[in-house]
Amino acid sequence: MNEPKLALRQIAVLRAGRPVLEVEELDVFAGEVLAVVGPNGAGKSTLIQVMALLERPASGRVLFAGRPAHSRLLAHRRRMAVVFQEPLLLDTSVEANVASGLALRGVPRADRKRRTAQWLERFGITRLAARSARTLSGGEAQRTSLARALALEPEVLLLDEPFAALDAPTRETLMDDLDGVLGSAAIATVFVTHDRNEALRLGDRLAVLIRGRIRQMGAPGEVFAAPADEEVAAFVGIETIVRGRVRSAEGGLATVDVAGRVVEAAGMREPGAEVLVCLRPEDVVLSPAAESPPQTSARNRLPAVVRRVLPAGPYVRVELDAGFPLVALITKQSLEDLALAPGAQVVASFKAMAVHLIPHRR
Amino acid sequence: MDLIWDGVREAVRLIFTGNGYVFEVTFTSLTVSGLATLIALVIGFGIAAFLVFSAPPGRTLTLSVFNAGMALPPAAVGLLVAVLLWRAGPLGRLHLLYTPGAIVLAQAVIATPVITALSVAGLQSLHPRLRLQVLALGASRWQAAVLLFREARLSLLAAVMAGFGAAISEVGATIMVGGNIKGSTRTLTSAMVLEVQQGDFETAIALSFILLALIFAVVLVLTIIQQRRPAR
Repeated sequence: MNEPKLALRQIAVLRAGRPVLEVEELDVFAGEVLAVVGPNGAGKSTLIQVMALLERPASGRVLFAGRPAHSRLLAHRRRMAVVFQEPLLLDTSVEANVASGLALRGVPRADRKRRTAQWLERFGITRLAARSARTLSGGEAQRTSLARALALEPEVLLLDEPFAALDAPTRETLMDDLDGVLGSAAIATVFVTHDRNEALRLGDRLAVLIRGRIRQMGAPGEVFAAPADEEVAAFVGIETIVRGRVRSAEGGLATVDVAGRVVEAAGMREPGAEVLVCLRPEDVVLSPAAESPPQTSARNRLPAVVRRVLPAGPYVRVELDAGFPLVALITKQSLEDLALAPGAQVVASFKAMAVHLIPHRR
Repeated sequence: MDLIWDGVREAVRLIFTGNGYVFEVTFTSLTVSGLATLIALVIGFGIAAFLVFSAPPGRTLTLSVFNAGMALPPAAVGLLVAVLLWRAGPLGRLHLLYTPGAIVLAQAVIATPVITALSVAGLQSLHPRLRLQVLALGASRWQAAVLLFREARLSLLAAVMAGFGAAISEVGATIMVGGNIKGSTRTLTSAMVLEVQQGDFETAIALSFILLALIFAVVLVLTIIQQRRPAR
């Protein structure tokens, strides 16, 4: 790829003398959406504020198209746009709000009107143009905020959890609209969210930010399939994370001792290595213990006892004891068919391919 | 009750017969307090913007000083300003004592903490991230301040009204530094004090009604500005 539109180098941000954000290197390129995911308090908003030149880091450099961004702060800031979680509209009409950034840049009135009308249309809020921003619903207000940002035709767009405060249906349609807009523009976009699904949906690349540090970066599929460490694994939705020791490894298959049980995992690790065995709950298949189960390609079949059964939206989370804690996600239908209740004996099966091993650093 | 009715009647008569004396003290009150409010507004808005947007160290302490300043005893202010303006005082060379300028100064000292403290409260009631958003929209520091003042206009105008009210209704400091000189430093309030001392309650009550009407008129104008629908 060519030169990054926005780049961070050796950034450190301190609060009360303690580091809250430490980024060695982060690049965003024109035409891509970099999704930054992380739990609450990971430093995501701080990251956005540093990138937006709204907060000066204690050390490190922000580069805009290769030049130090802080040297011409206002000029560089005017080539970017930020959308926050709250719409933060001005107390005036919707149209004047969308035009406000253009007005601050001294864009001539006719041009301002044309661009405002265009973006009101793109976000489907033309009919609200004359309305006072105070009277908008949450979704309408966030549409206005997005239109206001995109009307600036920014080179860099920074989105700080823009959908977090919206209800699910509103979020879905707005994400569709934004996806369409971003797909047709050469904007370098940074999209910060705590929601893995949002990140997968919009992100071309994924960075996982935990406790102020970028723990992993790569294609979304890669990060979700092969998390770099325990915390990333937990964050990307892997619920079973247990310690083990590699007993043997050959033919692309590692045999791992986990709490006296044996788990087979695809991938190579040195025999004797301490590892974390990671398994997604949706990859675990449950069958009754009494029956002799059909022959399958699942390499792992562990007898287990149901400890707890918890509803999880449309699904059911089954917590098992297989010598180590193991979580399975099944449908309500399967729960009924198998008549699962705490104390029930089952067999938990999963493919060696579904098991991801992380070297365990002590 | 009769006395009050007589006062009202007298007030109406004084206003509608174009009484020179009443016109003069009203004019003095309006200009002196208007000017004092204007000075307090410039200083108060400036300090409030600095305290809120720059968040300097010691902000809470500074703010408590201004909050306490809202209850500043006018007599103490009058005494302080008088001492400053004495011929031998630090500002003696200005020869302001017993001039309308001295009253402007004293009233500005009284109104400034009121406007500052209420403006800080008004600006702080804005969403804490609104300033970031405005800067992110590409505003310079000045543009950001103007936009945020516009967002807080309801509270800021309330602050101005309170400051003007404190200035124009003040009497202790006015007499102390102005001297209550007829045709020069006599304001509605100091005239009232004089009329009461002379036993002319009718005129005093008439002046008080004129003062109330004046305050109401000024505040009405400010309230209309405040409540106007936001400009496009």
